[in-house]
Amino acid sequence: MRAVDAVMECLKAEGVDVVLGLPGGANLPTYDAFVGGGIRHILVRHEAGGGHAAEGYAKATGKVGVAFATSGPGATNLITPICDAMMDSVPVVFITGQVRTELLGTDGFQEADTIGITMPVVKHSFMIQSPQEIPRAIHEAFHIARTGRPGPVLVDIPMDLSRAEIDYEPVTDVHLPGYQPRVEGNQKQVRQAAKALAAAQRPVIYAGGGVVNANASEELIEFATSDRFPVTCTLMGLGAFPAPHDQWLGMLGMHGTRAANYAMDEADLICAIGARFDDRITGKLSEFAPRAKFIHIDVDPAEISKNVPAHIPIVGDAKHVLAKLVIEYRAIGADPARLAAWWTRIEGWREKYPLGYEDSPDAEIKPQFMVQALHEATGGQAIVTSDVGQHQMWAAQYYDFPAPRRWINSGGLGTMGFGLPAAMGAAIGCPDQLVCCIAGDGSVQMNAQELATCAQNNIPIKVFIMNNGYLGMVRQWQELFWDGKYSHVDTGEFPDYVKLAEAYGATGLRFEDKATLVEDMKRAIATDGPVLVDVRVTREENTYPMIPAGQAAREMVG
Amino acid sequence: MGEPGTKATLSLAELEAATSMRTGRKHVLSILVENKSGVLTRIAGLFARRGFNIDTLTVGPTDDDQVSRVTLTVDGALHPIDQVTKQLHKLINVLKIRDLEPADTVARELALFKVAADGVQRGELMQIAEIFRGKVVDVTKRAVIIEVTGTTDKIEAFEGMVRPFGLIEMMRTGEIAISRGRSET
Repeated sequence: MRAVDAVMECLKAEGVDVVLGLPGGANLPTYDAFVGGGIRHILVRHEAGGGHAAEGYAKATGKVGVAFATSGPGATNLITPICDAMMDSVPVVFITGQVRTELLGTDGFQEADTIGITMPVVKHSFMIQSPQEIPRAIHEAFHIARTGRPGPVLVDIPMDLSRAEIDYEPVTDVHLPGYQPRVEGNQKQVRQAAKALAAAQRPVIYAGGGVVNANASEELIEFATSDRFPVTCTLMGLGAFPAPHDQWLGMLGMHGTRAANYAMDEADLICAIGARFDDRITGKLSEFAPRAKFIHIDVDPAEISKNVPAHIPIVGDAKHVLAKLVIEYRAIGADPARLAAWWTRIEGWREKYPLGYEDSPDAEIKPQFMVQALHEATGGQAIVTSDVGQHQMWAAQYYDFPAPRRWINSGGLGTMGFGLPAAMGAAIGCPDQLVCCIAGDGSVQMNAQELATCAQNNIPIKVFIMNNGYLGMVRQWQELFWDGKYSHVDTGEFPDYVKLAEAYGATGLRFEDKATLVEDMKRAIATDGPVLVDVRVTREENTYPMIPAGQAAREMVG
Repeated sequence: MGEPGTKATLSLAELEAATSMRTGRKHVLSILVENKSGVLTRIAGLFARRGFNIDTLTVGPTDDDQVSRVTLTVDGALHPIDQVTKQLHKLINVLKIRDLEPADTVARELALFKVAADGVQRGELMQIAEIFRGKVVDVTKRAVIIEVTGTTDKIEAFEGMVRPFGLIEMMRTGEIAISRGRSET
């Protein structure tokens, strides 16, 4: 059979139920194979939209997302999603067309050195040199993408090789001698960690996206409740521990709660699980958690002691390690009463500094209220995606996520325009669930073209634009740190989002009244098909609380 | 320290203080890799992304034709080495890495020196070459080519000796290194 028909067989063997992509010259053979190939394909309007949709699919389902593009500009349009998937450890396989082998390196039409360009931002990539190696490369790509620390894998297939005849035999094993992720966690180290936890007076559990990736939410809850350990999550970890919960401190970091950040600051032991001490978490590194010792559990050894030296490093995935840790910890029989003073301190912060904002005196919709309204309108049970900026932080702060894989956003790379296509991918992967996107008016247009894809395929995402007519986070920084001089942040009232939605074949709505917002949102959610809602919010509202740039957690403002 | 997003201007001293954990010694990394296209680019790219300067780099076959060995040297006084070795381990095609301890390692490189030599100087040059156990591999009327094998120190010492004669050019392979004792490198 042709190599491309073998590609379809490989995708089926990997359990792929949908591919997001866009055809072009160099992947014409591949697209020929889609006809009757038994794989559902959704035609996107821009490769970046397809790539982010594959990420959204992967994050919502836990399965590997798949995106296809042609050579040259098709492949270069995928670079942002590839990089995004790398930063947030999202399992996605990208398959790109390439010019035929005799044209390689000649600046042929639509030629780009896709492997070279993407090399720094992939977990791995395969440059296909012989058609016979294609099936094995596809299976290895899936294996690498989904195991260990997940990430993007790219397979670049020259056009002539993809239509070559091969002897296809199903591949049942992968052989990668240089790739053996350690997931189990060293028992001795786990025992050390349990002892340290039992001795700690002021412990904090700091959980990140790695807990979500490892599907270790249950283990995390069990571990946290094996004593009364306070829990905070990173932006990427939200939902891994259910909110609200009496041990839940809220998100930590630059726009986290004071309870979470102050607890980190005063902790004597921090147990980091699948988190990487990003600069948005630590603030000023030299003053980060100055009294704490660190247990660091991560499947990627390169993350351990990268930014903050770990006293007890444990290489392994959260699911395996936490299961062991609970057993070891329970065996010690630590006295929960030792944490009473610590909890009194934490309760004090919680009472004194709850998340809050000043509501408007009139019909004006405060952005924080908008998130709370969406929480109410959805019963807190939606999958929520976001773009990047103020609205993302407010969504993270005010939409209490009760379960993992409900909160899908671009954390590491901070990709504007991520939310709408990610919602599309999540909705494709989870057709029985309500998928909402809280979008920024600055971000949404960066991939608004995918509304056409949603309309054409009846993908019923509900997009709520938090429209303040500004690139809000940049405006906030200019206000706070650059003397209030606004430089190119005002986006005005363009475009008319209701008309835009209608032009795409979606439903367009505009909400401006606080009093009816919850009911209006329910109406939008009840509307069939994709809906784009322009929610007009307070123009100049700042995201608080905030650790000012480069400062320590205890210096939070707002 | 000023944060990129704020107005504070960064001083050069602050920028330098931001890099950490240097060991101060030269590191010889011996890396076994799968013999596949693009592997060297992936390795070199990891160093380049961190602004690391690779001092020497050699690649060659091993007794297994599926596997190649990369030997590279980096100055640990200039670059923190720990992160980069961990990142190297993450490359799928990298099978094994050893950061070789100088005391437990035999390291050699080969150098070719083209030195200006008229009749009178030739004898003296050949004497020096002999002391360094170098070999004269080519002689013409106005120049000789000398091959020297040894440690980097020895080669640099030889270079110092022949430079006054008129060093026309010098080529060095970069170090290869093998661990002492019974175990494999």
